[in-house]
Amino acid sequence: MKGASEWDRHAPSSAPNPRHTRYHPRWHRERIPIFWWVGHRRYTLFILRELTAVLVLYSGLLLLAQLVAIGRGPESYQAFQGWLAEPWVLALHTFVLLGLIFHTVTWLNLAPKALVLRVGKIRVPPRAVLVGHYLAWIAVSALVAGALVWVAG
Amino acid sequence: MSPVAKGAGGRQGTEPERVTRSREPLLWSLFSAGGMASALVLPALAGVLWVAVPAGWVAAPEHGAMLAVAAHPLTRAAVSLLLILFFFHWAHRFRYTLYDGLQLYHLNLLIAVATYGIASALSALALWIVWTLG
Repeated sequence: MKGASEWDRHAPSSAPNPRHTRYHPRWHRERIPIFWWVGHRRYTLFILRELTAVLVLYSGLLLLAQLVAIGRGPESYQAFQGWLAEPWVLALHTFVLLGLIFHTVTWLNLAPKALVLRVGKIRVPPRAVLVGHYLAWIAVSALVAGALVWVAG
Repeated sequence: MSPVAKGAGGRQGTEPERVTRSREPLLWSLFSAGGMASALVLPALAGVLWVAVPAGWVAAPEHGAMLAVAAHPLTRAAVSLLLILFFFHWAHRFRYTLYDGLQLYHLNLLIAVATYGIASALSALALWIVWTLG
């Protein structure tokens, strides 16, 4: 039978192996299949919502590409606009637009949960926070679309 | 964080949270700001630039007009900010989609370095393109 002092020599602080711990609880954890989110409507929507970030990345890259085309001159810009008008590209971007709207709706719907506003001691009703965010979306959309159409006209 | 863990690189693979915890609030703020910016701006931007104009519903802007807008300092500043926020929004959300969706817990550090690394590189590229344009 070993004494306590002999065990202490192997305590974590003096152990050369940093992974060493004196206790191994061997937690019980259920194995979850990788595609746990397939076949459950809520979970699939959750993963789809998270994947809208890929569309945000794509939009950023597309905007950059368009800026490069604009910077290179009229021919390059026309060629880019021609590519945008190809049926399969237009179809892809319609799908991207739907995904972006899905991102906006899911994002704004979470706003009342994420943002708890108080005026004095009274909490602003969640519905007012929600409506405020949708009004902001309408305002920003009108501004962006209006500016772009104004540039075109 | 104990001194032992801090000094030992081998520990990072087994306890992912320790690696980025201190930077988490900043990264989350970028994710959140990017989520809000993209939610408000992108449907209108994509709807006009990439759907309505190519489909012919809205007149296509002339090159000169687009260049003038793109080269305006306010546009440069706004577009730079938006693009950086979009990229870091993607990085953070995609990182956790891989983490939760595909359960790649053991690759946490690699995924974090890859996603934020790509976002950083794209941000630098975006700044260069936006501010040298025209």
